[in-house]
Amino acid sequence: MPQTLFDKIWQTHLVARRADGRELIYIDRHVLHDLHAPHGYEQLEKQNRPVRRADLTFAALDHTVATKPGRVDSTFASGEAFIRATRAGSRRNSVRFFDIDDPEQGISHVIAPELGMVLPGATHAVPDSHASTVGGLGALAFGVGTTEMTHIMATQTIALRRPKTMRIRLDGALGPHVSAKDVALRIIGTIGSAGARGHVVEYSGVAARAMPIEQRMTLCNLNIEMGGRSGFVAPDEATFQWIAGRPYAPQGADWDRALELWRTFQTDDSASFDTEHVIDCSGLEPQITWGTDPGQVLGISGRVPDPAADPARRDILESALAYMGLQPGVALAGLPVQRVFIGSCTNSRLPDLQVAADIVRGRRVAPGVTAMVVPGSSSVKRAAEAEGLDRVFREAGFFWGESGCSMCAGGNGDRGEPGERCVSTTNRNFENRQGPKVRTHLASPATAAATAIAGYIADVRQIAGRA
Amino acid sequence: MQPFSSHTGIAVPLIRDDINTDQIAPTQAMRDLKPDYQKMLFMRARRRDDGSEDPNFVLNKPQFRNPGILVTGQNFGAGSSREAAVWCMLANNIRVIVAKSFADIYRENCLQNGLLPIALPPDEADAFVSRVIETNGAAPFSVDLVTQRISGPGGADIQFELPAADRMRLLEGLDDIGLTLKHADEIVAWEKRVAAQQPWLQAAVDHRR
Repeated sequence: MPQTLFDKIWQTHLVARRADGRELIYIDRHVLHDLHAPHGYEQLEKQNRPVRRADLTFAALDHTVATKPGRVDSTFASGEAFIRATRAGSRRNSVRFFDIDDPEQGISHVIAPELGMVLPGATHAVPDSHASTVGGLGALAFGVGTTEMTHIMATQTIALRRPKTMRIRLDGALGPHVSAKDVALRIIGTIGSAGARGHVVEYSGVAARAMPIEQRMTLCNLNIEMGGRSGFVAPDEATFQWIAGRPYAPQGADWDRALELWRTFQTDDSASFDTEHVIDCSGLEPQITWGTDPGQVLGISGRVPDPAADPARRDILESALAYMGLQPGVALAGLPVQRVFIGSCTNSRLPDLQVAADIVRGRRVAPGVTAMVVPGSSSVKRAAEAEGLDRVFREAGFFWGESGCSMCAGGNGDRGEPGERCVSTTNRNFENRQGPKVRTHLASPATAAATAIAGYIADVRQIAGRA
Repeated sequence: MQPFSSHTGIAVPLIRDDINTDQIAPTQAMRDLKPDYQKMLFMRARRRDDGSEDPNFVLNKPQFRNPGILVTGQNFGAGSSREAAVWCMLANNIRVIVAKSFADIYRENCLQNGLLPIALPPDEADAFVSRVIETNGAAPFSVDLVTQRISGPGGADIQFELPAADRMRLLEGLDDIGLTLKHADEIVAWEKRVAAQQPWLQAAVDHRR
């Protein structure tokens, strides 16, 4: 019987069926982080249970760590307890912790791929909803809560009911300055913020194939913003090349064997999905959100909708407009902004920073705009500095930070001021997420960079290349 | 986990779709390893800009100060996977949420903690919401997981569905890890087989060391 790639991964990782009907799926790599690891270690120790496979478990430092240069545990005072508890718990349980001074510290979803821990057709779990970022490499990743995390620590398995399958075929070629972020926002805008609930999504089609690996990660990162349980792009030669030679990737004869197997990790031609969508990406404009949910999104030339035209959701739309300080019918392009943030597990890898730097180079951040760049990992930061990108950003007036989640989740105290309009390369425009009353507009690194230079929400296609 | 068989309490109508975990449990309330979960629940929505209580927020109304059941719209618990968004419900003695639908991770987190997530079909949900609004906290509703019924003022009992596996887990308050470790032999067998077939999956090795 023809199978989807999801079916194949599920079948090969199925360990047992539990008495309650749930299926136990083996987790090949488990990456914890500082916000939730302390609870997990504490719970396990209370139960007198060990971390079953400390050698397959890692701990990242990302949510609560300060981004200020020269940072230490206590630079963000409330983060210190989380950092120390994660460090101590990792040490007691022999879990490799990428500590504050580790050259490979960074956001869990950034460091796991860049170190080669994430492999095609493998399973992955993180106590964070953006776990499926690593689906960009063809891995099946689950975001989990604290208790599920503790379950994985103790058993190396996750107990699930089998999700449904969805395929989203992305047709067409992306125009200049349009990237995976714009595609992902368009998808959420089309199928809605709960449109993939209960589903594992496979992204296919020429537009997904044409995306470099980092963009595929951006695409898969936003899968949760439409409620998806997981999401991935099937691996191809570009994937294998990207992984080859990374520190934790198989080598030598193992690499050759792995490659032979990975080349079979495709959905069979006649396999069927529970749900299918097709999105045409040709002619897609840069996208930007206008509201307080990632599905409230428009092309950059768009105008804010009129709640009166949508009686069923009128209350929600009105409340979003009120929070965002917008009137129906207003054009998004041209709205003054006070803050720009480039970073997060969505858009903080080296190519994201290169795209932004190309727009910023030789220019200045507009007066009245506070602009920040926070690389996704210390490795990304070093690579960017080796190319001189830090100087490009700093000379333009950007803050250049140490790696972490920073203003995406606000867990480390980085945030905007009340009432500020912020263009952000992150994943959630929820009310108060980037600081009390901060008005967040989600967009790509290119749009964020163009906006920082312009001082208002800008169409990058008009800013880039202009002297 | 605390078993769940039945729960009786005031049903609070918070009728909005897409309520996310940032709203339920704001990051700013999670600055401590042992935060005050009772205060965390909808902490931001409860207060006005000047820090005073917002009397219009439903949980601040006198009749809803001791809630037992939360009644809401579609896609409840979207967003971040933070389990604090469940723990702060329990800290306020809310042990049942009735919605049109739940976000996947939030629903899992509920089941892990003995918080019963009831999803009603849209028509039934709308009818129940009307009853809850009509009742306005004057009398409690009861939820019985054994009979899978909601009963209370203003109408007939409502039958709800829950997958048998989830129901059993809640009723018995099963130790999830214990349940899985009954399959320890199968986990070991899986590891041995995969170590032979795909050794790179069973060994995460930094080849530089």
